[in-house]
Amino acid sequence: MTVNLLPILPEIVVLIGASVVLLVDLFLDDDRRHIGYWLAQSTLLVAAWATLRTLDIDVVRVMHDLVVDDLVADLLRLCSFAAVSLVLFYSRSYLALRGLFRGETFVLILFALLGMQVLITANSFLTLYLGLELMSLALYALVAMQRGERAPAEAAMKYFVLGALASGFLLYGMSMIYGATGTLEIDRVSRAVLAGGENEILLIFGLVFVVSAIAFKLGAVPYHMWVPDVYHGAPTAITLLIGTAPEFAAFAMLLRLLGGALVGAEVDWQGMLVVLSVLSVTLGHVVAIAQVNLKRMLAYSNIANMGYVLMGFLAADVTGYSAAMFYMVAYVLTSLVSFGMIVLLSRRGFEADLLDDLRGLNTRSPWWAFVMLLAMFSLAGMPPTIGFYAKLLVLQAAVKAGFVWLAVVGVIAALIGAFYYLRVVKLMYFDEPVDRSPIEARADTRVLLSANALALLLFGILPQPLMGLCAVVLVQSQFF
Amino acid sequence: MAPYLSLAIWVPILAGVAVLVLGRDRDAGTARWIALAGALAGFLVTLPLYTQFDLTTSSMQFVERSEWIPYFDIYYHLGVDGISVLLVLLNSFTTLLVVWASWESIKVRVAQYMAAFLVMSGFLNGAFIAQDAILFYVFFEAMLIPMYLIIGIWGGERRVYAAIKFFLYTLLGSLLMLVAFLYLYQKSGSFALADWYELPLSLQTQVLIFIAFFAAFAVKVPMWPVHTWLPDAHPEAPTGGSVVLAAITLKIGAYGFVRFVLPILPDASHYLSGFIITLSLIAIVYIGFVAIVQPDMKRLIAYSSISHMGFVTLGFFLFSVQGSEGALAQMLSHGFVSAAMFLWVGVLYDRMHTHLIADFGGVANTMPKFAAFVMLFSMANAGLPGTSGFVGEFLVILAAVKFNFWIGLVAAISLILGAAYTLWMYKRVLYGEVANARVAALTDLNRREFWLLATLAAAVLFMGIWPKPFIDVMHVSVVDLLAHVAKSKL
Repeated sequence: MTVNLLPILPEIVVLIGASVVLLVDLFLDDDRRHIGYWLAQSTLLVAAWATLRTLDIDVVRVMHDLVVDDLVADLLRLCSFAAVSLVLFYSRSYLALRGLFRGETFVLILFALLGMQVLITANSFLTLYLGLELMSLALYALVAMQRGERAPAEAAMKYFVLGALASGFLLYGMSMIYGATGTLEIDRVSRAVLAGGENEILLIFGLVFVVSAIAFKLGAVPYHMWVPDVYHGAPTAITLLIGTAPEFAAFAMLLRLLGGALVGAEVDWQGMLVVLSVLSVTLGHVVAIAQVNLKRMLAYSNIANMGYVLMGFLAADVTGYSAAMFYMVAYVLTSLVSFGMIVLLSRRGFEADLLDDLRGLNTRSPWWAFVMLLAMFSLAGMPPTIGFYAKLLVLQAAVKAGFVWLAVVGVIAALIGAFYYLRVVKLMYFDEPVDRSPIEARADTRVLLSANALALLLFGILPQPLMGLCAVVLVQSQFF
Repeated sequence: MAPYLSLAIWVPILAGVAVLVLGRDRDAGTARWIALAGALAGFLVTLPLYTQFDLTTSSMQFVERSEWIPYFDIYYHLGVDGISVLLVLLNSFTTLLVVWASWESIKVRVAQYMAAFLVMSGFLNGAFIAQDAILFYVFFEAMLIPMYLIIGIWGGERRVYAAIKFFLYTLLGSLLMLVAFLYLYQKSGSFALADWYELPLSLQTQVLIFIAFFAAFAVKVPMWPVHTWLPDAHPEAPTGGSVVLAAITLKIGAYGFVRFVLPILPDASHYLSGFIITLSLIAIVYIGFVAIVQPDMKRLIAYSSISHMGFVTLGFFLFSVQGSEGALAQMLSHGFVSAAMFLWVGVLYDRMHTHLIADFGGVANTMPKFAAFVMLFSMANAGLPGTSGFVGEFLVILAAVKFNFWIGLVAAISLILGAAYTLWMYKRVLYGEVANARVAALTDLNRREFWLLATLAAAVLFMGIWPKPFIDVMHVSVVDLLAHVAKSKL
């Protein structure tokens, strides 16, 4: 019997890459750490190449149906590779100045990525759980990497305890669903639920726990408590990582569990998502106003944005799923810029993570102020940036599903949110700088961060390719 | 045929980008000249819209239509009719004036200032000529960004408060409108305005959508009681910002009523016309009284703008050719007159760095040429026959009297109030003894300022004496609009 390993080639590449970096790092002294860095970058490149090479428009299930390789998986994998690669590029000098430019960092990042990939391609509750744990454990360790500092240690502890709780919820919920349907494989669970006749109470009981676990991972209210503390406490480069690539994995979890396994019980999870969404968009935006720390503010903004993802998703059809997926891609693209700017502005022994550190940025550097302006208006959902179309699609999905009132709540929350994004613009453009030190960054960081910001504008003017791609990919992967 | 409409949008925007890229903070001259060239090119490309305009048809002209976001049935669909073509011209003309007017008065971040106005001008043109709701919305919203920066960076003391208030106020309305757009898309499967004109809707639905549209457009007009952002934004905005705000952005609100509310929601418009007429009369009369007591010239002109815009909304909701044409004429005239009013206040501000009435007195003694221009513009603001201010107000009052005598009577009070607040301000600022040493040291208009005000004076007089070229352009489209409004959609 031969085993078809092609669909999981990208995972194999990342695993080998991580192991090679781990081994090679043993023989490197401090001057040659960049070899590990470039090895990690090449791993990402090869993995992306492997994904494209093995692209298959059909849905392929392998390893005794534990793993599924469909177009959604391919797209989310590619997005994760790109996000992790950009994170590495943006944070290179930041890591170097804080003694984090080490093999361990790259290995942990690659293992976190591997976890995301396993989660993205999961076709079984077991694989999904395995991927989630691999990702989470690597991220906990990354948050705590800066030894001797109090804030990261505290953040890592909170992240770990609450994350473990969420994992517990997930396992508990999955076991209930297993009890109700008698299988762990997502497509079979899906068929069983659609056929009906199983123990309804047991199933709904499991569903509640699964939804809670997903909300935990997304950071939706009321399961959001860890988000601000972790974003705030972690070294900014790690915040940049946590706030970007894992969002794709969290979306995959949402899609595989609710859009896949439990699609037959949509009436039951729709109501829960409505509540989560309304609470997230309102509380996230309102609390963000009170923040003085930029990282904390963006953390609350993240909570609110996840509320919009759920608002699109709860339409429970291909319009809704692709709206949520587009929103997620747009959000990560924007987050890369906003957190990337904090990393860029930070220097040796100085974290530019207070709102006041942005004061007068337009005087210091009109270009970087413009880059941050694009990110803020994209988060606020203003045209002509990609954030506008993200909001438009999500609201349209909600209206189409008959939730006009939810769309109204969404836009009113967006108005509240606009206030604090505008405040950031106000600080950069209307105020005089306190700190006039020049902004220094590596050439590759400058170019990529600028390109990333211009992409917000470019996709804001021509959003069709990305929108169409999300919809096509979902239909091909049989989510409708 | 050249794609004039696309050029009207993209020439100013690209010129703005060029100013940003090529202009340096240390070398303000380059930025100014590129901006002037861009504004001039932007104005020139809109001229064929008037010269090649077909007066005999009410359908859209110079139409451009291509796929933009097929996933969502959104088209890059442009077109002008008799209602919008004059607004496009007015906007491009005003942009040219603004660049010219801020030649010397803006000294910091010149490139960013000029670029903001040029980009803004492109967005405004886009909003006037978009025939697809989402395309309209994109321009309608995007213009908030440059305006926010203009008020916030180059504004006066309370600029931050004014900028944020302006932004959030206008955003609230437009977001509700977006939900209404999505609902209409759900019903009709299209974002094309022409399709929405034919879409049957129940009265209840129409009223709900009316509320959403009203929130967006009434804030922009601005109508009483959602006008409070305007008097705060104006005194804090730089001269150019005030000019664009008063002359153009307010028109977007009124334009929204014509393009969206009346033809898409005819039954709700009739049903709620009493409501709109009442609000308009309150704006005309009450805000006129408020204007009298303002101690700040820019605040006074801001309140006078609200009062004048009351005529516009009143005219549209009388549902007669006379009323609608009067309202459109009033929009154009207000574009010229308010621009001129803010420009002359800017001339004084550049010299004295204040716009409090109490700081002035007897300016006519030191600035005689200036005083002559201000007299003309003040008369136009008060609606004197022979100036452009008279045409619109007269037509609207005439239509109002036909509709209901008492409405006409109340609206006519404005003629007294307008004269009262404008001329009393004129008296306090320009007449009397020279108030203080700073006024005594004032120098009269320089050549640039003279020609700037002279251009506007010519426009005001031309439209006042011979309004026919303006009315002719809009006539067929107005008749067609009213035919749409008369047809029930129930």
